[in-house]
Amino acid sequence: MVPLSWYLILSGILFSLGVFGFLLKRNIITIFMSIELMLNAVNLSFVAFANYWNSLAAKSPDGIAKLAGGAPVIPLSGQVFVFFVMVVAAAEAAVGLAIIIAVFRTRETLNVDRVNLLKL
Amino acid sequence: MVHQVLFIVFALICVAGAVNLLVQRHPINSALSLVVVMASLSLIYLLLGAEFVAAIQVIVYAGAIMVLFVFVIMLLNAGAEERTRGSRVALFVGVPGMIVLAGTVGWLLVSGSGKLGGVEIGKLSFGETHQIARLLFRDFLLPFEITSVLILIAIMGAVVLGKKEG
Repeated sequence: MVPLSWYLILSGILFSLGVFGFLLKRNIITIFMSIELMLNAVNLSFVAFANYWNSLAAKSPDGIAKLAGGAPVIPLSGQVFVFFVMVVAAAEAAVGLAIIIAVFRTRETLNVDRVNLLKL
Repeated sequence: MVHQVLFIVFALICVAGAVNLLVQRHPINSALSLVVVMASLSLIYLLLGAEFVAAIQVIVYAGAIMVLFVFVIMLLNAGAEERTRGSRVALFVGVPGMIVLAGTVGWLLVSGSGKLGGVEIGKLSFGETHQIARLLFRDFLLPFEITSVLILIAIMGAVVLGKKEG
């Protein structure tokens, strides 16, 4: 048995590495990849918590996990959220890379320090 | 025992790939190490019992999104990263702030580890495609349809932005 907190700590490590990449890298494509790394880290914690709620539901007598206030939790909703995060990530990648291409066409550079205006 | 060994191996591959993403100066090397991170994350999803998520992680992330990244890197003929100064606020406020935040969250997780319980492999039939499909097309039908509009808008946005001027 692996403690659930190991998965969450791995997710935290990946998220922090993504933030460091976002803050320290200077290439706009690498910064964008750091954002994808952060999204992946969040997906990992979503799946881990989906597993947590599912194991609670399996243990409870009526088969439904409940929050502290008594509201029932839809099992597997964490994994459905991962699906939505992936859809948003795909849309973001398509638009973001189109913006990068448009910026590169006018500025001839990928360095974020030289792209300091919203104007193309 | 096997579960723990598998988790540690794939977690180490994940972290090594993420560190390599930061260390490499050429974007194509960073992109390939991100593919390594995504592939090993999909194996970690399998250890959590999420089969469908593991499959779409490989198909959508490592397949579609990363191919788009590699395509753009090659299209723009991106060279090695230039070394410039960058933002001082990011370096002296952002990095220590993130270290403090990550340390706090990590400490909370370690101290609350007992309440969270554990993950046992093969115990739960969980994350199978038909269960997720039932949720997606029944409880989450409206958000699911809205994402299709989102994708359509993203396609149109990409086409407009990619169009040549004039």
